[in-house]
Amino acid sequence: MTVSEERQIYTPLGETPTSYVREPEGAQPPLDFPPYKSTSLRHPTQPLVYLPQMITEVTGPQLGPALLGEGDSDLTTQHEGMPIGERIIVYGRVFDTEGKPLRDTLVEIWQANAAGRYRHKWDRWPAELDPNFTGAGRCLTDGEGRYSFTTIKPGPYPWGNHHNAWRPAHIHFSLLGRAFTQRLVTQMYFPADPLFEFDPIFNSVRDPGGRERMISRFSIHESVPNWALAYEFDIYLRGPGATPFEAAL
Amino acid sequence: MIFSTTPSQTVGPFFAIGMPWDAGPCAVTDGAPGAITISGTVYDGAGEPVPDSLIETWQADPEGRFADLHGYGGASELAGFRGFARFGQEDGDGVYEIVTVKPGPLPGVDGATQAPHIDVSLFARGMLHRVVTRIYFADEPDANAADPVLARVPAERRATLLAEPTDGGYRFDIHLQGPDETVFFDV
Ligand SMILES: [Fe+3]
Repeated sequence: MTVSEERQIYTPLGETPTSYVREPEGAQPPLDFPPYKSTSLRHPTQPLVYLPQMITEVTGPQLGPALLGEGDSDLTTQHEGMPIGERIIVYGRVFDTEGKPLRDTLVEIWQANAAGRYRHKWDRWPAELDPNFTGAGRCLTDGEGRYSFTTIKPGPYPWGNHHNAWRPAHIHFSLLGRAFTQRLVTQMYFPADPLFEFDPIFNSVRDPGGRERMISRFSIHESVPNWALAYEFDIYLRGPGATPFEAAL
Repeated sequence: MIFSTTPSQTVGPFFAIGMPWDAGPCAVTDGAPGAITISGTVYDGAGEPVPDSLIETWQADPEGRFADLHGYGGASELAGFRGFARFGQEDGDGVYEIVTVKPGPLPGVDGATQAPHIDVSLFARGMLHRVVTRIYFADEPDANAADPVLARVPAERRATLLAEPTDGGYRFDIHLQGPDETVFFDV
């Protein structure tokens, strides 16, 4: 089958690319990063094998509104009372690297509470759990790629990686994108965190511009008077590649 | 203007707060005809089961159609077919299990046909970026022999991508390191 025949069979219905750009060396953190100790037994040692992007790689799951519950995007109203801490709005847009907004894509977040404690049986650090805070949210982007959550600013927390190790405050983000190839799990940080320089997870991204892209921006304009401060976090997933399915190299 | 991607970070140890959903490990509805389970163990470099990992799978249905946004080749007509499964464990025994149907063959490029396969993403604490692998089926020797992706894999490592038939499904272990290290792909 030639590429043109393939295009007849697989006619894209939307404005969806049929391959995605490959990221330059160093765009993603290394899987083997000794300062983050747990990577040592959990990274492949053999070279990755080049996978040409074909139909399985350029399609992706459609998880629509049925997955979402009422109030999933407001983490402050999931219990009877208001959680303790600094109420914030976290909002932004999901784009591809050509700047095209990705609509109807699932954004999932999870985070610690204001004291830096996760509602999780493995989190045993002696900070208070908040009965009014679970710390999970999800929403779909709208037609312009926008998402928004109302939540509580998470606290920093200690971890066992090295002496006096603390994670900068962060919110975990998961994005399905529109294709298997675009899948991303990342963390959003807050501006000017004094813990940045000591955190091996943040610094596993070797490119300073890449680290910058994980830091949200404070927005006075989107902050709501007498209610909540706002942080803007735009997310860029891989954009269209040059060819309709990648030819075998 | 071309933008750079947002970098990946580890899913961390506490993803179980936010990532599970009802029916997450099922790529088809419960009791769907032809449903199989694929299970296996994820091992770290010390040969120990990884107790905290998140596996996602993405695949076509037996007709080679997807339940996706794009409609390539027409959407799957299999009732309840999602094609996507997510299995997370937070302090488990390293064993994952998904419920799905066996995918059909798919077109490749330049006339090639791809053998039935399932794309897999694996996330965990201690992994700064997902790793990607593919599940192929050991009982498809002819299709596998003609598969353009398996052809790129050194012959002595191809077996790491083959799921072995079991009662009711297949077994597919993942070894992050070691003599049986699974082949991972650059996608
Ligand atoms: Fe965390």
